[in-house]
Amino acid sequence: MHAPYIARPTTVSVIMLKVLLALLPAIAVSVWFYGIALLVQLTLASATALLAEAAMLRLRGLAIAPFLKDGSALLTAWLLALSMPALGAWWLIVVATLFAIVVGKQLYGGLGNNPFNPAMVGFAVAMVSFPAQMAHWGMPHGPLDSSAQLAWIFSRELPAGLSLDAISMATPLDYLKTQLLLGGSDIASLKEAPMFGHIAGVGSEWVALAYLAGGLFLLQQRVIRYQAPLAMLAGLTTLAVPLWLWQPAHYVDPLFHLVAGATLLAAFFIVTDPVSGPTSARGQLIFGFGVGLLIYVIRVFGGYPDAAAFAVLLMNIAVPLIDQLTRPPAFGKRKRAKKADQHA
Amino acid sequence: MSTLSRFHGGIHPPEFKTLSNGTPIATPPLPAQLVVPLSQHLGNPAKACVSIGERVLAGQRIGEADGRISAAVHAPTSGLIRAIGPHAVAHPSGLLQDCIVIDSDGLDHWSAPSPLPNWQEAGNDEIRTFLRDMGVVGQGGAVFPTSLKLGVTTLEQLIVNGAECEPFISCDDRLMRERAAEIVDGIRIAAHLMRPRAVLIGIEDNKPEAIAAMRAACAGSGFEVLAIPTLYPSGGAKQLIRLLTGKKVPHGVRATDMGVQCFNVGTLYSLKRAIVDGEPVVSRILTLTGNLARPGNIEARIGTPFAHLLNWAGMQADNEGVIMGGPMMGFDLPGLNAGVSKASNCLIAKSRALFPPRPQAMPCIRCGECAKVCPAELQPMDLYWFAKAKDMGRAQEADLFDCIECGACSYVCPSQLPLVDFYKFAKDEIWAAEREKKAADRARMRHDFRQLRLERDKAEKAQRLAARATPAPERSAAPDPDKAAAIRAAMARAAEKKAEGGSTPAKTPLSDDAKRAAIEAAMARAAANKAARESAVSHAAAPGDEAKRAAIEAAMARAAARKAAQSAEADAKGSSDSAAGVSPAPAPKPVMDADKRAAIEAAMARAAAKKAAQSAAADAKGSSDSAAGASSAPAPKPVMDAEKRAAIEAAMARAAAKKAERDAAQKGDH
Repeated sequence: MHAPYIARPTTVSVIMLKVLLALLPAIAVSVWFYGIALLVQLTLASATALLAEAAMLRLRGLAIAPFLKDGSALLTAWLLALSMPALGAWWLIVVATLFAIVVGKQLYGGLGNNPFNPAMVGFAVAMVSFPAQMAHWGMPHGPLDSSAQLAWIFSRELPAGLSLDAISMATPLDYLKTQLLLGGSDIASLKEAPMFGHIAGVGSEWVALAYLAGGLFLLQQRVIRYQAPLAMLAGLTTLAVPLWLWQPAHYVDPLFHLVAGATLLAAFFIVTDPVSGPTSARGQLIFGFGVGLLIYVIRVFGGYPDAAAFAVLLMNIAVPLIDQLTRPPAFGKRKRAKKADQHA
Repeated sequence: MSTLSRFHGGIHPPEFKTLSNGTPIATPPLPAQLVVPLSQHLGNPAKACVSIGERVLAGQRIGEADGRISAAVHAPTSGLIRAIGPHAVAHPSGLLQDCIVIDSDGLDHWSAPSPLPNWQEAGNDEIRTFLRDMGVVGQGGAVFPTSLKLGVTTLEQLIVNGAECEPFISCDDRLMRERAAEIVDGIRIAAHLMRPRAVLIGIEDNKPEAIAAMRAACAGSGFEVLAIPTLYPSGGAKQLIRLLTGKKVPHGVRATDMGVQCFNVGTLYSLKRAIVDGEPVVSRILTLTGNLARPGNIEARIGTPFAHLLNWAGMQADNEGVIMGGPMMGFDLPGLNAGVSKASNCLIAKSRALFPPRPQAMPCIRCGECAKVCPAELQPMDLYWFAKAKDMGRAQEADLFDCIECGACSYVCPSQLPLVDFYKFAKDEIWAAEREKKAADRARMRHDFRQLRLERDKAEKAQRLAARATPAPERSAAPDPDKAAAIRAAMARAAEKKAEGGSTPAKTPLSDDAKRAAIEAAMARAAANKAARESAVSHAAAPGDEAKRAAIEAAMARAAARKAAQSAEADAKGSSDSAAGVSPAPAPKPVMDADKRAAIEAAMARAAAKKAAQSAAADAKGSSDSAAGASSAPAPKPVMDAEKRAAIEAAMARAAAKKAERDAAQKGDH
């Protein structure tokens, strides 16, 4: 044993457990509005993630127990399950999770070595490969009871008299996007639709606020830092405000953007991922801001209704560069030694 | 009232200070045998000046300082010299080092004290030599000879380090509580020598009694006692300087260059004891803590075996080893036979309850906690990555050598990575590579010089033959000095090129290079002296001109030697700053150019001296020959040439030195 002989008791497992804990309010609110489908998805994702992780660790000749106990695979699984439609078919979440763990994480070297957020890799793969499956979201307090939800997830069987359209809907973001593209009727009248609640979607806005609560808990626990979330929300607002002020009929208000879709989930649980994000405070500001801008651009001008996954993945690519450019100088030094050498 | 500046990062681990700071400093009984290491300081080990079987008194000098960067050691008690030779010392490696083993006679008879009562009138050099001979060294951890740190005579701020930021340790706390007046007397002496505009005493605010005692002792002195926030590593010299003055002393810059010098309270206490009371450093305050029945602080005689002290304090049955130093930067003692040295500030008996084993290390998750707490403002996760990949170039680019090895990063790492071990490993690798490279360079340089020398000797032989063959020397003598000058110029160019080409950013450990430079300088001096002696001899036999030339060359050699010594000293001083505080990290030296320069100059001086000696001898012989042959007038012309040549050479050497200095300065700026 070498110095230091003492250490803070915080371990990777403790950090991951706190993040999982912070997701519980959102899970609870989700289940309240949308039924047990989410719990099924969480279970499927968790089991797949742990099995895939164990298999990969075995193949790589590494100890399995300590890495399963670190909680990182479980966290990836939960984030993925929360991002995907709760009424998606069982194989959809399984495929996405497998891809996230096997390709997104383990093939890059496992914990600490993945350049991309594994959950977002899994989500993007599902989104690109199965767009139709990914378009059907449950309705708040929808017509399916628990057993019907199970049946639908595992066998795609609906109770008599119900069609797919009757049990699912587009998300508010998707709806706005499609309607604006189709007819160009103004936002105000579009927001009259029953799916809209006080700020964003009827149930989803409460889920989003639960994410916010979880995020504040993580901030208070110093598990995450404020820079990336704040910058992400700022980046989104920076584009949303001027366009909304310019043409409020065509561009939905900034508050909607901040609460709708995966904004708050991404802000507090995705862009704060230390492994695939920058390390310095300045780097995290840049990274978060970039994600925020990209979310808006893709949502409003791109082909997808929501964009958190793509925005995060795109910014993940930039992380090594951001890290290099934002490395603060050492104590008492003004600039990096490398530059100094070039002058000498 | 001065205001405090914050330093970046820092941690607040559990303090564990109350374990040991509640009781007054005790005096354990003398052991039957003491083991006094000869190397208790940075620099050359002391040279034993007693012999086996000799009776010594307490306070009697038993080891003399060897050179400038060294300090004397003294008998801690009266007794018989039992052995002088390798013995276990308090070092993590467990390697043996030369020690003097004394069998105590139990009488503790003291030699007559030898104070320096008139220190107010004494010259700076006198006081510094006195301190060296009294064995006063830094007691903050790096044991840098105090005499070397007092050389600066103008200072903006004199910093007194009473921070004691490491958990468990409370020796400075107790010392300040109980002997504040003597510390302040020590500060007065240091302030007298260094003439600072302000004296700032920094003490962490978890030691209110020490702060109160020091404030009381400082009343009316103008010295300012500042309570600093309890935040490890506030006792690091750079961190404390930052806290108290707002100045950030970057790695590779001497604190004195920024007008600051830093002393530990224990150092100033021993300085006062030496000068005012005439008592050499034969004891120090030591914290015994951890898993002990009676933890506390003691005044331990140097050389007291650790086992003796720990048994006295009540070693427990479930003891699991002993840490020397604090839990953040200390190390496991390989054994308990070693004796207390001037660096020993704390012994922590370990138990599983106090120091549970760390959980298994996991991969780095780049959480950045390490960067948040790093007081050197580094990116420890990057350094870890580079060190792990053995990418030493990038590790150095990422300022690996700015790391003070405080352990804060490792303390907070959720992946439980032993980060500091990685940095130490990387530094060792780089030093090893650098040593190899230097050895190769030196061999090549020696070879080049030999070639040059042979060529030159051949040319001169030809010249002498030609001179003897033709009675009219005007023509033939002229071109040869030119040629010699050309050779010199080529040599200087080659040396410059080497200095430039070899200026890799690599850093090297101080002690080796400074030592080497010092040795080379000393050799050059010796050669110069010899040349002077020989020229004096030839002076008796030969006409004055040759002697004059030899003397000039000898003087040049001496000057070069002095310069080499100076630069070695400068380097040594550079390291003293980082040595002041808790950072016993073997301060890597920034300017290897300076070393190389010193080496080159020393080598040149050696060559010049040798040549002077040779030519003086040759000339003496030549002139006696010509006297015997009764040849016509010893022609003033060649002498003129010789003088001219000497002048040219001197100018060239000066230019080369200046250039090298400029290069070094440029490197230093960045």
